[in-house]
Amino acid sequence: MITEVGHFALVLALMVAGVQAVVPIVGAHRGNAAWMAVGRTSALTQFVLVSIAFAALIHAFMTSDFSVLNVVRNSHSDKPMFYKISGVWGNHEGSMLLWCLILAIFGGAVALFGRNLPPTLRARVLGIQALISIGFLGFVLLTSNPFDRLIPAPENGQGLNPLLQDPGLALHPPFLYLGYVGFSIAFSFAMAALIEGRVDAAWARWVRPWTLAAWGFLTVGIALGSWWAYYELGWGGWWYWDPVENASFLPWLAGTALLHSAIVVEKRNALKGWTIFLAIVAFAMSLLGTFLVRSGVLTSVHAFATDPERGVFILVLLMVYIGGAFVLFAVRGPALKAGSLFRPVSREGSLLLNNLLMTTGAGVMVLGTLYPLFLDALGGGKVSVGPPFFNAAFVPIMIPMVLVMALGPFMSWKRGEALATCKRLWPALALAVATMAGVGAVMGAGSPLALFGLGLAAWLFGGSCLELFQRIKLFHAPFSESLGRLARVPRATWGMTMAHIGLAVFIVGAVGSSTWMVESIQVMKTGDTVTVAGFDYTFHGARTFRGPNYEATEGTFTVTRGGEEVVTLKPEKRIYPVQGRPTTEAAIHTMVLGDLYAVIGDEDKGGGYVTRLYFNPVVAWLWLGSALLVLGSLASLSDRRHRVGAPVRKAQAEQAS
Amino acid sequence: MRRLMYFLPLVGLLILGGFFLKGFELNPRELPNMLQGKQVPDFDLKPIKGRDDKGFSSKDLQGDVSLVNIFGSWCVACQVEHPFLMAVKERNLVPIHGIDWREQDPDAGPEWLRKSGDPYTLVGDDPLSKAAIAFGVTGAPETFLVDADTVVRYKHIGPITPEVWKETLWPLIQELRKQ
Repeated sequence: MITEVGHFALVLALMVAGVQAVVPIVGAHRGNAAWMAVGRTSALTQFVLVSIAFAALIHAFMTSDFSVLNVVRNSHSDKPMFYKISGVWGNHEGSMLLWCLILAIFGGAVALFGRNLPPTLRARVLGIQALISIGFLGFVLLTSNPFDRLIPAPENGQGLNPLLQDPGLALHPPFLYLGYVGFSIAFSFAMAALIEGRVDAAWARWVRPWTLAAWGFLTVGIALGSWWAYYELGWGGWWYWDPVENASFLPWLAGTALLHSAIVVEKRNALKGWTIFLAIVAFAMSLLGTFLVRSGVLTSVHAFATDPERGVFILVLLMVYIGGAFVLFAVRGPALKAGSLFRPVSREGSLLLNNLLMTTGAGVMVLGTLYPLFLDALGGGKVSVGPPFFNAAFVPIMIPMVLVMALGPFMSWKRGEALATCKRLWPALALAVATMAGVGAVMGAGSPLALFGLGLAAWLFGGSCLELFQRIKLFHAPFSESLGRLARVPRATWGMTMAHIGLAVFIVGAVGSSTWMVESIQVMKTGDTVTVAGFDYTFHGARTFRGPNYEATEGTFTVTRGGEEVVTLKPEKRIYPVQGRPTTEAAIHTMVLGDLYAVIGDEDKGGGYVTRLYFNPVVAWLWLGSALLVLGSLASLSDRRHRVGAPVRKAQAEQAS
Repeated sequence: MRRLMYFLPLVGLLILGGFFLKGFELNPRELPNMLQGKQVPDFDLKPIKGRDDKGFSSKDLQGDVSLVNIFGSWCVACQVEHPFLMAVKERNLVPIHGIDWREQDPDAGPEWLRKSGDPYTLVGDDPLSKAAIAFGVTGAPETFLVDADTVVRYKHIGPITPEVWKETLWPLIQELRKQ
């Protein structure tokens, strides 16, 4: 019964979306306020209806209602409640319903918090938002209905893929989708602006919080996925350049570029066409990501249930939305008034360079990710593109970007002084050189590129701190004045500083963990000791026990360094009998300078166990850096200018005067 | 000229869309079948527990068109195709031989067949992947269509669905029988 209510609510939501897609847009065109107001009501109604549908599906999973096909395929009565619930989006149908729910949440949020938007803009944004809803609600109802019944109901379900029964991965899809779908708001704003033919500072300020929120969520989602891969796959790596990973990274790159170019629109009224283009691309990349994951046109370690028919549907959606957007862009884009001019060496110039490098990076990744498909389609055979390509192609693009990232915030708008800026940055340069020399002295100069990478991170860290110091006139004014200035630093500036420092910290983690990882694979018997990177791992044997829905083999290692005990590690290998699949649960001890990481494998004939022991240097910095990026977006999001009333549009202000 | 620039994204998207459309016809997981048109590799497998017949060897394939199906009780996708294999057996359309691949517990395979039905004419036990490696199996289920002269005519990766049967396997079987 509740399942049918959910199904019915979803059908109703589709109809409401139909109304929402037409009435407000026509109303905005005709200047009919009542029609425009329909957008707000219907967006909220749609949100309520999709929520009911989603709640109904959660209910079916929580009560293990095996008369629902989707529950049978993806759940099992033995499963802990947490994973019963996360199983809702651990499958194709449920995850697409989650997509729709988040879309409805964002639409409802614009309706609720967009009170200060001009009515025509809000009506158009909500109308376009509804057009996207129609596509995805239709997709769920026509090809991926999670409410399909199975009569007669079987006794029990088939269970969820054991790899997905994990807290990191339970939360990974919702955050990823909050990011993907969040970019739909920037997209809708861009479409509305093209229809109205007006992009200005006020517009940029309205889009910014939505883009920031989406970007922050996406960062959390990617970081969670990477963290999961790190501790669950048991290979000690955290990023594999897999097509599906790339698919989540592409919208992140485009979104980062969008965040920065929107600043130029807001402050300097320039780069308008480019910003609109990036808003379209960011959402296009989100759709592309969804398409790649769901269609199976590429092979991936993440090959969940894929189905060509569904792939075609998503491809059609992608072509209609993005194709339509690009047509509108081609027709209306040239009419956008060119903004104010600026010199190449200026704040705008550095932001534009950041943009060009980000988009080039994204382009290289699209090419690498889709190359197997291109080649196969042209009859060139089967290939796979792996980490060597991405490391060789992507990393060099990021080097100049990080170099300029430290410089940019020092430059003034319109025209900057390259030489004067560089002079101010000498302490950052000194820090970079000192870092390279220091690390080189300890680790040896065997990997000059890694040393350079660490130097780059130090340069960015130093530059970001110096910029803050200069802002508060530290050492140039009395300390009390500096403190007063510090208290008045806008939150958005804190956001930038935190995010840039976050990236510096992340780079340290990325460079360090990929360069100085130590791996040791062997068969160990009880009492054996193996030394990895100066840590002695003593194996104390393994025991087997039963978990709620799995059987586990747990090994025990005590780790000592110089005779002093550091930690006891207990890695597990689990077998989930319902699916008959094993998973590894690595035991990880995190320290500032590196993680101790142990994996236990199969028992061999002689009673020993295959063990894999790693020292993964500075991995914690990856997560710390990601956290700083997210904190930066939160700080920026809380900036005063997003909360105070609507800024008056320049055009309106001019008319009034 | 500047106006034309604004059309570039659209052109790029259309090209990309064309490739994706083409991509649906291709299967990235389908690796070229190295055995196509060649004799089946020599193998001689012991019977699984509970079936006291002679097991399954490459010589048994001589004389009739047949399917060789790689399966395992641990394999989820095999459970998906299982009802379809049973239907083929009930209608006596073509003999299906099974290779019970990589069972950790020698009782698991027979137990599964006893519970859910046994669609196989002959079954060989292959816990150590002897035959599977010779066949170049990449995963279960995989099904090879072998003609009366023990030449491999087709390989299907993944579960056999009604579409695959109707559009590919059954027409091929009928054609081979005519020869």
